[in-house]
Order: sequence, then C-alpha cells, then structure tokens
Amino acid sequence: MAQMKYFYELTISSSPHAHAPVTTKTIMRDVLIALVPALIGSVYFFGFRALMVTLVSITACVFFEWGWCKVMKKHCKVYDLSAVVTGTLLAFVCPVTIPYWTIILGDFFAIIVVKMLFGGLGQNIVNPALAGRAFMFSWPVLMSNWVKVGFENAAGLLSTADAVTAATPLGAMHQGMLPEATIGQMFLGNVGGCIGETSALLLLIGGVYLLYRKVITARIPVSYILTVAVLAFLFPRGNDRIAWMLSSLFSGGLMLGAIFMATDYVTSPITKLGQIIYGIGCGVVTILIRYFGGYNEGVSYAILVMNTCVVLLDRIGRPVKFGAPKKEAAK
Amino acid sequence: MAFSFFGGVHPKENKWYACDKETQEFPAPDLVVIPMSQHIGAPCKPLVKKGDLVKVGQKIGDNQGLCVPVHASVSGKVKAVEAKAHTSGTTVMSVVIENDHQDTLCEDIHPRTQEEVDALTPAEIIDIVHESGIVGMGGATFPTHVKLSGGIGKVDTVIVNAGECEPFITADDRLCREQPAKVIGGLKLIMKVFDLKEGHIGIEDNKPEAVKALRANLETADGITIDVLPAKYPQGAEKQLIYAVTGREVPSGGLPAAVGCAVFNAATCKAIYDAVYDGMPLIKRIVTVSGDILMEPKNLLVPIGTSFNDLIDACGHSENPYKVLSGGPMMGAAQYDLSVPTIKGVNAITVLGRRNEYAVEEPACLRCGKCIDVCPMKLMPVLMYKALQSGDVAEMKSVNVMDCIECGSCAYTCPASVPLVLGFRVAKQMIRNEAAKAKAKAKA
Repeated sequence: MAQMKYFYELTISSSPHAHAPVTTKTIMRDVLIALVPALIGSVYFFGFRALMVTLVSITACVFFEWGWCKVMKKHCKVYDLSAVVTGTLLAFVCPVTIPYWTIILGDFFAIIVVKMLFGGLGQNIVNPALAGRAFMFSWPVLMSNWVKVGFENAAGLLSTADAVTAATPLGAMHQGMLPEATIGQMFLGNVGGCIGETSALLLLIGGVYLLYRKVITARIPVSYILTVAVLAFLFPRGNDRIAWMLSSLFSGGLMLGAIFMATDYVTSPITKLGQIIYGIGCGVVTILIRYFGGYNEGVSYAILVMNTCVVLLDRIGRPVKFGAPKKEAAK
Repeated sequence: MAFSFFGGVHPKENKWYACDKETQEFPAPDLVVIPMSQHIGAPCKPLVKKGDLVKVGQKIGDNQGLCVPVHASVSGKVKAVEAKAHTSGTTVMSVVIENDHQDTLCEDIHPRTQEEVDALTPAEIIDIVHESGIVGMGGATFPTHVKLSGGIGKVDTVIVNAGECEPFITADDRLCREQPAKVIGGLKLIMKVFDLKEGHIGIEDNKPEAVKALRANLETADGITIDVLPAKYPQGAEKQLIYAVTGREVPSGGLPAAVGCAVFNAATCKAIYDAVYDGMPLIKRIVTVSGDILMEPKNLLVPIGTSFNDLIDACGHSENPYKVLSGGPMMGAAQYDLSVPTIKGVNAITVLGRRNEYAVEEPACLRCGKCIDVCPMKLMPVLMYKALQSGDVAEMKSVNVMDCIECGSCAYTCPASVPLVLGFRVAKQMIRNEAAKAKAKAKA
C-alpha cells in the first residue's frame, strides 16, 4: 500500500494546539466597552465636543502607531486596539476645552515616545495615556480650563470661547474646603472636571463589567480606593469626616485611574501581593499630592510614580513552586 | 479525599466527538512499521532481518539496559529493516512487516489460569511485564517494569490514571467502560507487586459512564477506591493527579516514588492484565481518532505499527487537515509525515482544521499574569519567557524553567499567543547544554 497517499500541507508547531478565546484584542475591546458608559456620560455633561476630542485622540493614536510601524518597517499590530484604548483614556483625562492640536501632541508623546520607542505594546514602563497627559501639562492653563456642565454651557466643536468656566470639586478641596457640589452630584458626574473622569457611577459600571469579564481583578482598584478612603477618613480637612472621605473618592480622576489606568497590565505588578502593595502605594501618593502638592489632582502622577516601582514590586510575593523543598519549619 | 491542584484551565473538552463510539477492532493493514524505539531509554536492536517470517506476538527487537522489547503485531514476512519516520519527528530504525493476514500466533504465547497467576511472585510479574514490552501508555512511554521494580518498598499508594484530561481523547474512557474488569485486574497485579492492600483509580467527573462501569466491577474486599476528581486540565498530569488523590507534592526534580506513589495509566493496567493472564505482549492498543474535521471520529483497537494515514482514512475528513497530532491538542506532537506508525504511547490521533490556527506574528506579552494563575506547577511563565529572551541561562534556572511540565496551560491562556511552551523547551535545552558544557569542563 502506498505510504504517502496524499500530500497535505500539514502545519508543524509546538503544543498546545488549542487556544482560549481571550486574546489581546478581546481584552482591549472589553476595556473599550467598559469605557462607553463614561463616554456617553461625558457627552451628556460636556456636549459633543467631548466625543469629538475622544475621536480625534483615538485617530491620532492609531495613526501614530501605524505610521511608526510603516516608517520603521515593523510589523503593524494596530489592530490589537491598544492604541484605541490609549487614545480614549488620554482624551478622558483632558478638559473638554482642550485644543485639538494639544491632544494630538499628547497622543504623539504617548504613542511614539512612551510606547513605540520602548518597544511597543508590553514594553513601556509607564502608562502611555498618563505620560501623555503629564506631557500636556507643558500647557498648564489649557489643561486646567474647566467648564460648567450642561449643554447650554458646552464648548463649541471648533471654538471653546463660549464655554462657561467653573471650578472643580478638587479645586475647592485643595484649599481645604468641602466642594460646593453635593456628594450625589459628584457620584453621578454632574460636576466640572476632565472629559471621562467625573461620573463615579458610570466608571464603576465599566469596572463591574471588566471584573465580570475577568479582564481585571479587584486587587488593584480596591486596594487603591480603600487606601484613599481610609486616609481621607483619618485625616479629614474640615469637620465632616464622612463627607470629606466621599468627596475624596468621587472627585477628580480617582475612579478612572483606579479602575482603568492603575490596572493596565503592562505597567502594574504581576504578583498578587505586588498588586495590592501597588494599589496601596497609588492611594498614598494620591493623598500626599492632593494634600501637599502644588497641583490639586494626584491620581495620574501617583500612578506614574508607582509604575516606576513595578520592577521592584514584581519581586514580592512570587508563588512558591509546586514541590519546592519544605522549610524546616515542619519541626 | 480529593484535593484540587493549583491553577489549570478548562479547554473545550470536545469529548462528544468520540466518547460514545464503541471501540472497533481496526483490521490489520497490509503493512506495519514497528519502530525499535517506543519507550524512554535505549532503543531495541532488531532480532529479525529482511525476509524472515514472523508471527503475531513474536519478539522482534530487544536490547540490554533500560530497554523494553517490541513485538510483531501481525504475522508475515519482514520486508525491510530500515530507518522510518517516527512520531517523535525523527527517523528510527524500524522493522517493516508485510502482513500475510494469517494471524499465526507465536508459540510462546500461553494463557495462564487464575491458579498460575496467583502463584506468580512479584519478580515474575515484573519479568512478564518487561518481556511483554509494556510501557506507560498515557504518552510518556516510561518502561513499566522499571517503575514496578524501582517502587518496591517505597510505594505505599498506587494510582491508576484514568483522568484523560486532554480534549478529544476518549480511549481510556472507552477502555474503562468496555473492559473495566481488566483495568481493575491489572491494578490488582500492581498491588500484588507492591504488596499493597489498597489502590486508587483517579478519574475525572466528566466520565460518569466509566465511573459506573468501574464501580460495578469492584468489591469492597478489593480495597480499591475510585477518586472522582473535578474535570480540569491537567488533572491527568502525574504530579497533579498524585496531589489530587493524596495531597502529597512530588518534590521538584523528584519521582513519584519519593512521596510513596506510583501512577499507571488505565491502558497500561489493561496491558499488564493481558500480559499476565493471556500471555499476550503489547501489540495492540486503543487509539481515539478524533478532531473537528473528521467525518466519523472513532475509537479503534489498532495493531502497533499501523500508519496514521490508514487510521485517518478510516474516519474520513471534510477538509484538508491543518494539523495532525499524535495525542491531544494540549500536549500532542504535530506530525508532518502521515506514514508514521501508531506506537505504544499514541493514545489518540487528533486531526484539526485550519480554524484552530491561533499563532500571531511577533507576539507581545502584556504582562497580564494570566499564565501565573493557571500554571499547575505554580511557576511564573511570564518571567521564564523573559529570561529566555534575555538568553540568561542562570536566570532561566532561577525562575524554575526545569520544573515546567509543558502542559500548555499558560500558552493556551496567553491572550498575546506568546509561544510559551516552545520557549520553555528551548530554555530547557539551553540549560541542559550549559550543564553538559560545565561537566565537560570539569572533566578536562
């Protein structure tokens, strides 16, 4: 009998030959889905310019990553949607009045300098969106131009001149006062602030979705938020501890940072204990900046600072391998 | 008492393709190729030459040292003794037999009565196991007689591995359903060798029929417990199975005997039974031929030496195969030449279609840490792969690459499709090379 009856183009590769349905792309897609409630909320609070800024930012990020790969003749992986996530997050941490050229520069810094120059997805040391934001603070006035919520106050798509400026809750808290806005307003997001950060409720909905999809674990967000809560409760400014604590939780970028940015796989620790310490560290640095820093928001810098500690945190809490020699403690 | 090992994954079981197909006897093909190496250890030397006539069950290869003899699975004329393609991916000296379809049985084969079996000493049983060419039939092909003789005095718990956690494979499931008495009979022989009163059969809870069949063939006096374990891959991995059944951790780099355990595959038990009671050497085994593009997946009782081609043809396929695996999708070896023969360790042939392709260009680790959560050896694949990329052999050792059992849980889970298992195989080889170099240096 003929031994080679057919010739098939058989593929040879190492085992395993099966793969789970979760890929980088599905993870990024889930993150984007989780950001949709906050995006819808931002349009409701700040008008269509919020959506426009986000779209411009996404487009710029995708373009920069694609362009870099073309110029450097690298395999282009922009389809993994990670650049879309970066673009969305960077837009979310800017005021709605941000000029388009500024956010495009921020996107350039985030994608080219922070991500691609370090070797692309998975190689960057700090979170690209947050580093892009830090870079954009080269224009501090543009980055702190807050507007009142509501369509009637909304900044125009092209001109932001009509926008009615307003203070943010954090601005008041930086002066040691409770914000004017009620806790409820802050929880819903009906306050001044960056595009995607104001509504704790909508961000929490996204967070629950990410937990349900097992994209993130609760370790980092919970340890981060709890740390802020405990510190704010222990060291309140003013007489109302509870109000101060809740204001600290629902103001500024805490929810966005804790749920979507501190949990960035690439720039957070891989061990469970490392992740908890990282979350606590983020919380402590956030409070320190808010209390003693020159600027009233500490979340983005806190996460950037902790990003640089990840190399060390990765060494903590490594699992003991199966069958490792038992310590003599057994005696 | 069942423990749950750390980590693990739940790949699509895909057992439904073949689990209800009764085992059919596959007609011996016109030509069989019997490799001289079907076990871990020294290859056999051929005992026959071209033109010789051989009979069913006749020993046609043997060697000194750590070796297990091989036997003719058909009667007929030796057509050639030459190097032939082998499931390991290399070529191996093989005896090619032209089947005369007479099924002339070798004169050496004599069944034993129960009295004769009862009179056998452990040493005699081990000798029969050796002479019958029995190896671990779950895929590792470790010589069974060595496991038996090496475990005497050390082993206090013997476990039959009927876990069969690999997707698609149903060979052991069918065996336990159809011939439970022989599996149990084999276990009793092993218990006799080790002088034990108790034995365990570890099986996953997704095989209720097999559990029922085994239970029906047990008597309380047998001292055999059936441990029904939760279906989770890799439940059938030796160290994980031992942990699940006994709670003992085989020490890193050690053998199961170090914690008083010995594990035998269900098919191996049946082979031991056949060898002792029927005097029949290991010349046939049950092979699951399954996969998502097969017209009719089957469980087949196959003479050793039947080519993959013949078996796949018997099942038919709806599209051109993308991968043909010796074994299941998690740990099976991809084949490029379908003339390779079915050997003792092949429990399944899995034929996959192109939709199973998942490799990506330039995979980029996200550091998500999912690999750490699923590693049943509690390793950190993300760091192991990083060590490999840096080429630092000392670092590879310190992150325990050598403890990897290559189960594939990490690579299965990795969202970025990083070829982790492939990388760890390379890393292990680098560590071995380094050790060999150091040894050579020390000698010089």
